[in-house]
Amino acid sequence: MTQPIKFYQTGTFTVGNRLLPEGQRSVQSSEARDNSLNSGHRACQGCGEALGARYVVDAAMRATDGQLIAANATGCLEVFSTPYPETSWQLPWLHSLFGNAAAVGSGIAAALKVKALKAGQGQATTRVIAQGGDGGTTDIGFGCLSGMFERNDDVLYICYDNEGYMNTGVQRSSATPPAARTATTQPLGPEPGAEFGKGKNVPLIAVAHEIPYVATATVADLHDLEAKVEKAMRLHGARYLHVFVPCPLGWGAASCDTIRLARLARETGLFPVFEAENGEITSVTKIRRPVPVDEYLRLQKRFAHLFGAGGHPETIARIQAMADKNIKRFGLLAEESAA
Amino acid sequence: MGANMTGDSPILQIRIHGRGGQGVVTAAEMLSIAAFEQGRYAQAFPSFGSERTGAPVVAFCRIDDKPIRLREPILAPDVLIVQDAHLLQQIDVFLGLKPDGHVLINSRKSAEEMGLGEMAARLPAGHLVTLPATEIAMKHLHRPLPNAVLLGGFAAMTGMISLEAVVHAIGHKFKGEVAARNIAAATEAHALLAAAKEAGA
Amino acid sequence: MIKQTEGSQAVAEAVALCRPEVICAYPISPQTHIVEGLGALVKAGDLAPCEFLNVESEFAAMSVAIGSSAAGARTYTATASQGLLFMVEAVYNASGLGLPIVMTVANRAIGAPINIWNDHSDSMSQRDCGWIQLFAESNQEALDLHIQAFKLAEEMSMPVMVCMDGFILTHAYEQVDMPDQAQVDAFLPPYEPRQVLDPAEPVSIGAMVGPEAFMEVRYLAHAKQTMALDRIPEIAAEFKEAFGRDAGGLVRGYRIEDAETIVVALGSVVGTLEETIDTMRAEGVKIGVLSIRCFRPFPMAAVRAALARTARVVVLEKSFAVGLGGIVSTDVRLAMVRIHVRGYTVVAGLGGRPITQDSLLRVLRLAVADELKNLTFLDLDWDIVNRHLAREAATRRSGPIAENLLRDIGSGARPTTAGKAQP
Repeated sequence: MTQPIKFYQTGTFTVGNRLLPEGQRSVQSSEARDNSLNSGHRACQGCGEALGARYVVDAAMRATDGQLIAANATGCLEVFSTPYPETSWQLPWLHSLFGNAAAVGSGIAAALKVKALKAGQGQATTRVIAQGGDGGTTDIGFGCLSGMFERNDDVLYICYDNEGYMNTGVQRSSATPPAARTATTQPLGPEPGAEFGKGKNVPLIAVAHEIPYVATATVADLHDLEAKVEKAMRLHGARYLHVFVPCPLGWGAASCDTIRLARLARETGLFPVFEAENGEITSVTKIRRPVPVDEYLRLQKRFAHLFGAGGHPETIARIQAMADKNIKRFGLLAEESAA
Repeated sequence: MGANMTGDSPILQIRIHGRGGQGVVTAAEMLSIAAFEQGRYAQAFPSFGSERTGAPVVAFCRIDDKPIRLREPILAPDVLIVQDAHLLQQIDVFLGLKPDGHVLINSRKSAEEMGLGEMAARLPAGHLVTLPATEIAMKHLHRPLPNAVLLGGFAAMTGMISLEAVVHAIGHKFKGEVAARNIAAATEAHALLAAAKEAGA
Repeated sequence: MIKQTEGSQAVAEAVALCRPEVICAYPISPQTHIVEGLGALVKAGDLAPCEFLNVESEFAAMSVAIGSSAAGARTYTATASQGLLFMVEAVYNASGLGLPIVMTVANRAIGAPINIWNDHSDSMSQRDCGWIQLFAESNQEALDLHIQAFKLAEEMSMPVMVCMDGFILTHAYEQVDMPDQAQVDAFLPPYEPRQVLDPAEPVSIGAMVGPEAFMEVRYLAHAKQTMALDRIPEIAAEFKEAFGRDAGGLVRGYRIEDAETIVVALGSVVGTLEETIDTMRAEGVKIGVLSIRCFRPFPMAAVRAALARTARVVVLEKSFAVGLGGIVSTDVRLAMVRIHVRGYTVVAGLGGRPITQDSLLRVLRLAVADELKNLTFLDLDWDIVNRHLAREAATRRSGPIAENLLRDIGSGARPTTAGKAQP
């Protein structure tokens, strides 16, 4: 009997590839890798969205044997990947508008279904993903997203959430967290930054649609992300994947801290990682050792006004309370730490 | 057979007044189908109000021997069909009626009892007729839907279309039991007014 | 097969004969009967395989259409009025991407004030969106134009809007000759896309284009519409050959050969105008009507040729550019540059105001006598307008305009057809 190894390596937060079984290793670079989002695009250094999209689309390509079409909302991902006359996409890819990626995905899926029926197949072998940022998903594209969900169209929608409109110069979206500085929520006045009590939780709204599959993930755990994409592609109907992708430019963070920030968002409890099927939450990724929110906030200039002289410790406490609420609500604490 | 059934007759314009839910638009459509069935060109169209039950509704039908190009509402009708007599107190349903026009009103009362004696006197004899269409509809359909009944009456009163064409049009719009009941109701109305016409002649 | 049916139902059946593969539906009057008819055909299995999507908005309808067309499916939708405006961003996107979607616009006014009745404000608001715009005079032409529209759209890789007057055509029962499936199949070949989302040959569609090439992309759209000016009459001729009916094309003249006055109009009002012109001809007036059947691309040469030898032109239009005047008139005047012709604009039928022969006779007689104002609003009630202007002059808080006018008219005090107007 072999015992499962727990990779609790003090001083590091990650597990090296070499310690994992072959099948679970991430392959950054190989001839066999699809590289659906090819190198040479114009994303910033340390872009969480570029990393997330590369792993999501490659995983979906593997899961569908390359029979995949993508619809893309306007936003950073679209702009940095397709500056005329170049494209980084190695799969059929359509950008239409900012607010309609989910509906465009529905249209592609409908066309593929008819083509399959005409070819005498019961189900289309070519599958569809639609993707966009948080602005294109939780705000302007929300109607189309909800429509795609309720019709249970055969589309996996991926939201790359960097908590604001980064492409247009860092403005607030309904995914921007409280107290965060953006160009439209300046750190001024008695309640600096984005206001508390606003914003919406689109993953839970997706769960409320009782669609076959909803999951959240972060770019700190690429294996988990890939596994969720693969699972989503095994299912049919409307599926939603919400990926937390730090933005060095918009958050005022170091490019080398993207993965660290994504991990801290999960380990503070600010970004709960979970899966839901048909309206029921089926799994949560436990936090081994909860981290205080200020460790996460301190790394980002968008929260700088909360710290130092003239800082707002009471605001940090309110953010901590949000994290604590998440931990309780989703049962995020691992048993050993709860004990 | 009516005078308008022959070759180069002028265009025939029918205006139907009623309320939302009474099948006013369907009546105009059935009339156009009946005329088409008799080899004529016909155009039926509603007055385009909001589709609310109970609201006053107007629908129109033109019948001609050549293709109909005209698309204005019917301002000077040859025939008026009034599906709900209460409308007489609300709107001027007689607006634009031709001096030799026909009027068919859904009512148990006579024209005189309704205070329309003066109007009846101005029109040629037998051109203002009342028909208890709601009662006939209740008897056959068990619902107060007088539209097909009035078309049967219209056929008898004017001779402008045949009962057979009305029956065909009802069969086009309704299916099975509903069609059969409407046909029975329209046929009874036709017989009633044909007999009255015979008696009056 | 010749039959008596509703305009919307006729269009639904004609669209079904074109074998659409994806249909997106969102309800808005007066277009609803068309998609209801198609939905029933799909549900009954009479139109198969076809995906019928009940979407959550017109914006979604056009967006779904963009996705399905880009994936190679023959795609159809229908809308009107506010619905067309709600999907505008996607309407421009569809033409910019060169996707051959066919859409019916059941023409209806645009609010505020909210109004469900017919005029051409909706289609005219989209005249520069890059779609081909065809206007139907009758239900027969509406159904014929849809069959031509799929052929035209797919050949040109360009979306086509078939415009038919809401209620006046969509809700009218009249006689139509419905072709059979074999006839339509022979006329309309299966869709062969120029670009398609295909994993076997991956392409990126919808890339960002900067100043270095944007002008060229836009010019190419114009060049293609210019090419469509040749193709539209050819397709109409092929249609006539196959179906034996005159439908579509760029323009159609009625009694214009020796006409000293030509009325220019679009859509179903042309029929009423023909009746009016016959009346005036019987009085010895040399007058005719020119129906513009294709408004985009604008048939500049055909309009110019038709108007070249006349003395005066009256553009009768169901649309209105606030602050300018006529919309169709502006384009017609451009076609008449350096032709010595007196031009008049008559704005008529806004928000469903009936356009009657009596009113037409009145303004056309004035036009023939050159006593008509350059810009005339047919049957406009000046008393109501002037009373409101006086109210505004007298009171700062004069209140909402539409409600004031309605109160002024009094509910039901006068039928909408009343000819209390002065041209």
